[in-house]
Amino acid sequence: MHALRTLTLTQARLFLREPANVFFGLLFPTVLLVGVGLLLPGMRDPIAQATDPAALRGIDVYLPVVLALAIATVALTTFPPTFGAYREKGILRRLSTTPLAASRLLVAEVAVNVGVLLLGVVIALIAAVAVFDVVAPRQPVLVAATFALGVVQMLAVGGLVAALVPTAGAASVASMSLYFPMLFFAGVWVPTPLMSETLRAISAVVPLGAVSQSLTEGWFGSGVPALQLGVMAAWTVVLVPLAARLFRWT
Amino acid sequence: MPAPVIEVADLRKSYGVTLAVRDVSFEVGRGEILGILGPNGAGKTTTVETLTGLRTADGGRVRVLGLDPQRDRAELRRRVGVQLQDGELPPKITVAEALDLFASFHTDPADGRELAAGLGLGDKLATRYRDLSGGQQQRLAIALALVGRPEIAVLDELTTGLDPQARREVWDLIARVRDSGVTIVLVTHFMDEAERLCDRVVVIDDGRVVASGTPAGLAAAAPRGQVLRLRLAEPGDLTAGARLLAALSEVSEVATGADEIVLRGRADLVVAAVRALDRAGMTPVDVDVQRTSLEDAFVHLVGDDRPRTPEPRPAPALTATED
Repeated sequence: MHALRTLTLTQARLFLREPANVFFGLLFPTVLLVGVGLLLPGMRDPIAQATDPAALRGIDVYLPVVLALAIATVALTTFPPTFGAYREKGILRRLSTTPLAASRLLVAEVAVNVGVLLLGVVIALIAAVAVFDVVAPRQPVLVAATFALGVVQMLAVGGLVAALVPTAGAASVASMSLYFPMLFFAGVWVPTPLMSETLRAISAVVPLGAVSQSLTEGWFGSGVPALQLGVMAAWTVVLVPLAARLFRWT
Repeated sequence: MPAPVIEVADLRKSYGVTLAVRDVSFEVGRGEILGILGPNGAGKTTTVETLTGLRTADGGRVRVLGLDPQRDRAELRRRVGVQLQDGELPPKITVAEALDLFASFHTDPADGRELAAGLGLGDKLATRYRDLSGGQQQRLAIALALVGRPEIAVLDELTTGLDPQARREVWDLIARVRDSGVTIVLVTHFMDEAERLCDRVVVIDDGRVVASGTPAGLAAAAPRGQVLRLRLAEPGDLTAGARLLAALSEVSEVATGADEIVLRGRADLVVAAVRALDRAGMTPVDVDVQRTSLEDAFVHLVGDDRPRTPEPRPAPALTATED
């Protein structure tokens, strides 16, 4: 336990010494949410089609999307490159000669990244309430469950990258080529309601699209998005053992 | 030799079609410092990597502390400290953090700060890894290999990249660590390092052990013979003196520099040369008998295709050779 605690603290310090990690992990969701809300015209107006005077505004609908983006940002941009860099520099090999088990480094890195994600999400939620007075979720339990499952699933995606990439550069390339398409399917650029029927159906089975749709349903709807929850569980069950099997020290 | 803690028998390892280790056998006794010498690409690193479980041997038998490095890897990693040739650390970790981290992997670690001080890193504890010089990074790697109080320390290229002062500090520390009962396997291509530190050396060339023994024993077995350098009290006698010495049966080779004569020959060369000069009324001064070194033995064993340590004194430009 002593080793895991020291390792986690050390990895947390190292994480925070990288300005890019601090920005993308802690601040990016808030910056994006506030930026879009304040700078894009119409985001604070009720959505046009709505007849209800208490209708949702663009910024309300965007909040679950930003939360999905926060998960993906940590799982894909800060989590895997550490392993690529450690493999490239022989740090993993160096550690493999010590009594530390590979799983400990993984546990420490997951703890640090999840800690940063939670902090970043709290900051974003505070900003969302303070600046835009967004509505509370209608199904908080579903939102929390989706968030938790979404984190596990996306870390499994990132974990597969982390298990395989030989260098930090390769980790960035692999992560980015997953990150941007996933952001698209999550509705970062085209809001899910504006997607075509086909696109929305594809989005539902893409890991981050499922997270985004399920969070949206939990926030504003009253149903249980069984398909999306099932998709997330399926990705997790497939990817976690695969990443564990493929992990290489060198 | 004390009871062996490392036994390697008929070790074989290939990478694809390249046979890195053909046939390596040796033993290391508890508390010994064993040097593994050899030219680049001889199979030294592959050999020690199989000792530490980093590589699986294709054939042969390896036992470290009675353990199989593959099967008993977890146990081995607790009891063997390793310094790799090319293992870095995260660029922004400080020396103190690295020492604390690696200490935390062990149940009864050594005092990392004391180790760092002994390696000349005492004032670098707050320095980040990337801001250390190559030599300081190297010394930190040694400290990390020792911080778990290992029973065996495997050190690959111990002092490569260190300045002379730092090398001496590292040697002193290694000698102290050995005196505390730790067995040390040292991969090196520095002959002076092996002569200074090692109780025994194994010379590997082209994947095979070509010689083993004490550094002095190997040096004595080198066929180069005795080397004698001398000056004459009367520098004008130099040419005549050289001619006189060349005629002696004990002398096999004579060279004259600007003001000295260099002789090679049989072990009884010294007395014969001094007597002959004395009889001719010439007075030898500055007589310097050079014993054969491990380096001579090494060159004889594996050829001269490797980086060399500097000669103890610069050889003078030779103007004439044997006649």
